Amino acid sequence: MELKFILESLLFSAQKPLSPAELREVFANAAAEEDADATVKSLKKIKEAELNAALEQLVKDHEAAGRSYRLVCVAGSWQFVTQPEYAPWLKALVGVKARPPRLSQPALETLAIIAYRQPITRAEVEQIRGVNVDGTMQTLTERGLVEQTGRAEVVGRPSLYGTTGLFLEYLGLKSLEDLPAADELRRIVVEKPPAPVTADAGLATNPPEQLQMSEGGELKAETPPPAS
Amino acid sequence: MSEYKVKFEVFEGPLDLLLYLIKKEEVDIYEVNLTKLATQFIEYIEMMREFDLEIAGEFLVMASTLMYIKSRELLPVDQRAETEEEEEGEDPRWELIRQLVEYKKFKDAAAQLQTLEARQENVFPRVPGKIEFESEKPAPKPDVSIFDLLNAVNSVLKRFEKRDPTRDIFEDKWTVSEKIEYVVRVLTSRESVRFSELFADATSRSEVVCTFLALLELIRLKQLVCAQSEDFGEIEIKKRPAAIATPASSDTPNLAPDTLA
Repeated sequence: MELKFILESLLFSAQKPLSPAELREVFANAAAEEDADATVKSLKKIKEAELNAALEQLVKDHEAAGRSYRLVCVAGSWQFVTQPEYAPWLKALVGVKARPPRLSQPALETLAIIAYRQPITRAEVEQIRGVNVDGTMQTLTERGLVEQTGRAEVVGRPSLYGTTGLFLEYLGLKSLEDLPAADELRRIVVEKPPAPVTADAGLATNPPEQLQMSEGGELKAETPPPAS
Repeated sequence: MSEYKVKFEVFEGPLDLLLYLIKKEEVDIYEVNLTKLATQFIEYIEMMREFDLEIAGEFLVMASTLMYIKSRELLPVDQRAETEEEEEGEDPRWELIRQLVEYKKFKDAAAQLQTLEARQENVFPRVPGKIEFESEKPAPKPDVSIFDLLNAVNSVLKRFEKRDPTRDIFEDKWTVSEKIEYVVRVLTSRESVRFSELFADATSRSEVVCTFLALLELIRLKQLVCAQSEDFGEIEIKKRPAAIATPASSDTPNLAPDTLA
């Protein structure tokens, strides 16, 4: 009997998503039964790495089989879910999912910043977005997507914020590592170009023209198109 | 300004507006002409003012930063006033570009999160029916001994142990017969009653004792049965099924308290 199939059967009939820790408990409990045979006993103290490897293999198997459902890990727990393209029929079957309204653009931006840069203070979020985020932070906290995780050891000890488990569930993510382009966004290193960016080349040497432009409010005529 | 047609979008903030203006110019953020951008930004603010829109403070801060950058460009390099900030090597143009690049990345990331959000709406988890086995709830122990009852009443009486030594003295106004009527009344309206419920309203030790004596009397008269589902569990009091049909003939429950003595 293969480990992955045992796992498949467990996840197939589980009432809720199961974490590797919960799965290990099942293996331990099964081995503790009096009538447990050698196979069951041999899996008593299965290692988490083995479990994860078998689960990953199972995911690949299902993917290759091209079924209407797949095995996913959301917020660290495994479960079977349907593929999104079958939603029209599923909605008719089970009714529209009770889900809170979609997030607004400001809320999504704020959430993205917190997700990639956590733990982060409110002031730091505001610095990136360039606007006040009091309202959106409150919405995100009320919806349980963001929570206070501690306090920054700087003057005033401002609150630090991070995302919650619900955030991962809401977006169907395995972990924070699973965020799109996570590596790139965690710490954006903006390369300073050697000759930075300027306004117009030679602008400084030609003040009278510029003054004229400002008066007229017409800039296009005198400004050469920016080199691209 | 007349050709300046703006589809009136709501901008999340000054950075959002700047990104929009840059996108309109179809240039890379790094190569953007800040002087031109400053002009456009201020034109936009002017327009917002014309439409009587409330201009958030952040827009004005950005406008002043842009004006500062623009005015700085007007001076030949050697005549620029060296501010303290610049001694630290912070170029305001560079600072703004850096901020724009960073904001742009998060704006894109937000769009990706939005895609995930929409996708997740269409994903349905497998929710199997609960596998149920016949669970055998331990049958109530039919007989409750007098010790079980005493244990139970003792725990009720503990409520009255910690009393202020100085207290008001009330007349003992409860009689066992009244309490018998009370217990019978409770059990006509309901199937069963928990032991503790009977004593929930008791206000004094003597009231508890009266109710307890009433209970014992009714048990003696075989009007009630007591059952306990587990050791030291809650005792449940029910009417004896037969007792409803044929109440004890000679011994009426209405006993005077002295009968018990």
